[in-house]
Amino acid sequence: MEKKNAPVILNVEHLKQYFNITRKDAVKAVDDISFHIFKGETFGLVGESGSGKTTTGRAIIRLYEPTAGKITFEDEDVSKLKGKQQLQKFRRDIQMIFQDPYASLNPRMKVRDIIAEGIDINHLAKDENDRNQQVDELLETVGLSKEHATRYPHEFSGGQRQRIGIARALAVKPKFIIADEPISALDVSIQAQVVNLLKKLQNERDLTFLFIAHDLSMVKYISDRIGVMHYGKMLEIADADELYAHPLHNYTRSLLSSVPFPDPEYERNRKVIDYDAAEENDGKERSMVEVAPGHFVRASEDEVPEYKKRLSETPLFKEV
Amino acid sequence: MENQNDILEVRDLKVNFDTYAGEVKAIRDVSFDLKKGETLAIVGESGSGKTVTTRTIMGLMANNAKIAGGSIKYKDKELLKMSDKELSGLRGNDIAEIFQDPMTSLDPTMKIGRQVAEPLMIHQGLDKKTAMDKALKMLKLVGITNAEARINDFPHQFSGGMRQRIVIAIALVNNPEIIIADEPTTALDVTIQAKILDLMNELKTKIDTSIIFITHDLGVVAGMADRVAVMYAGKIVEYGTVDEIFYNPKHPYTWGLLNSMPTISTKGNSLPSIPGTPPDLLDPPKGDAFAPRNPYVLKIDTLEQPPFFKVSNTHYAATWLLDKRAPKVTPPAQIVERQKTYAKLKGVSLEQVQNGGE
Repeated sequence: MEKKNAPVILNVEHLKQYFNITRKDAVKAVDDISFHIFKGETFGLVGESGSGKTTTGRAIIRLYEPTAGKITFEDEDVSKLKGKQQLQKFRRDIQMIFQDPYASLNPRMKVRDIIAEGIDINHLAKDENDRNQQVDELLETVGLSKEHATRYPHEFSGGQRQRIGIARALAVKPKFIIADEPISALDVSIQAQVVNLLKKLQNERDLTFLFIAHDLSMVKYISDRIGVMHYGKMLEIADADELYAHPLHNYTRSLLSSVPFPDPEYERNRKVIDYDAAEENDGKERSMVEVAPGHFVRASEDEVPEYKKRLSETPLFKEV
Repeated sequence: MENQNDILEVRDLKVNFDTYAGEVKAIRDVSFDLKKGETLAIVGESGSGKTVTTRTIMGLMANNAKIAGGSIKYKDKELLKMSDKELSGLRGNDIAEIFQDPMTSLDPTMKIGRQVAEPLMIHQGLDKKTAMDKALKMLKLVGITNAEARINDFPHQFSGGMRQRIVIAIALVNNPEIIIADEPTTALDVTIQAKILDLMNELKTKIDTSIIFITHDLGVVAGMADRVAVMYAGKIVEYGTVDEIFYNPKHPYTWGLLNSMPTISTKGNSLPSIPGTPPDLLDPPKGDAFAPRNPYVLKIDTLEQPPFFKVSNTHYAATWLLDKRAPKVTPPAQIVERQKTYAKLKGVSLEQVQNGGE
């Protein structure tokens, strides 16, 4: 993939995000994960509820103070950003698209003001006219029309609202977008529209995406590389195609084998692979090991040969 | 009943909702049969009317809903003419429902054993002890580990998947003739979903009930259904066996729906998507409701609603493309790939599949 030669835009090193540390109900939501994202690529982060994928996204954008670890964005340590000016610039560079298009738009604001809020805060418009023009252009970019600018969010369908959310994110000309389950609340036919829009924008604007989702088939489609999380740990990272062809970790295998496909013959023959998280409670030291170029799996030393063997096996999941 | 094997027959059902903006025609002439022991999946997007249809069967409509016509027959009994009391005798006994969200469909203040036993005491008049014994058996059957001890736990002490197992136990405990499962796994993680679906398939063969399975997830449908009905804008637009719908679909909406889900091998820069949004049912379009979004639209689509055209004895589709006078169109490439699979399955040629017939 040509994006491999691109520079690293985001680097996450040994990120830990614990909650309620001093209390009995302490939670290790994210427990020592490391990964990096190349400029211009889409990195998919998959996992089930409670795996820590959303917490990771939120830690990156500094909605939380990480318990430990280091996040660098464009070679700058995110935790060292101080003062209004630096943070404002950082939050201009990284924008977020949320899951629920109903909850993430202020119902009392007109679409124009929702989209222009970032423009106003960052003083990106010369005057009223310029501001309106920018909003109109953004609306067209995301497939709405400028007549929509004077309406309120409740007048739109879920898919249209998500487009408004995308326009708002684009308004401040970000470099990096964290999309946290951006299509999970949408109908199938609308999901495809929004995914196509995201892909189009990425090509046109040289954007980098962190795409957080639980829908594995959509993640595979949109991502260049994928990271699999479970119980706060990163278990496997690989190219999207490689991950599906040769899932190494037992959890990845279980996850992939659980995804239903719209193909009755495949479904009749599908065998779900069980995974028991307890199989890693053997006291062995585990870390991310690069078993093939670009293919990382969380393994102990003695597990590596088995994973290497799995690499040469025929693809586990047949093409549909 | 028109057919011996049918347990439920819905005919020309029309349901409207009175809203401040006017009358929403949510269900527009829906007809289907449910056969004994089969799983019928109803698929469609939000607002297509799949949930309203089953709520009407259950007699659980919203206050502003109005049945504007049609009939629902369950074993020769007309459900639409039943009193509330008669209906509540059926619900949870003859017809049970599994809901989407296991957290809101369980009573958070009641021990789970009691919740499973309750329908037995209400409908079969069993005493508490017998009912609790049966409830325990049921909880074991749906895979609650250590059920003897956990029967006294409350719903919040269980995970989402375990809670849905409890909901299934409640639905099954009276050996219902029909189970309506409305998006039963949508709120669950995929690995848990796989386990629940396996459980449902296993129980279905053990208990021999009929299931109406409502979902928007075509992957789930492919693994669960014997027959499939596709709904759009308050109407069924195509129905057939699961193989017919997935490998030889005829309605352009079914094509669009199947194509907008990426499969393992989908690549490229854009997913085939269905342009536009579903129509406003306050004022349903005159012709085919799908016409404005249909890339294969014919002039007649905007003028007149298509009737059902027969593809096989089990497969019907409401699209003018199947009319003899319509021009012959080639479906999208991915659908042709599906037809090839169908031809292989049936041992016929691709032309035979495409030219209709069996």
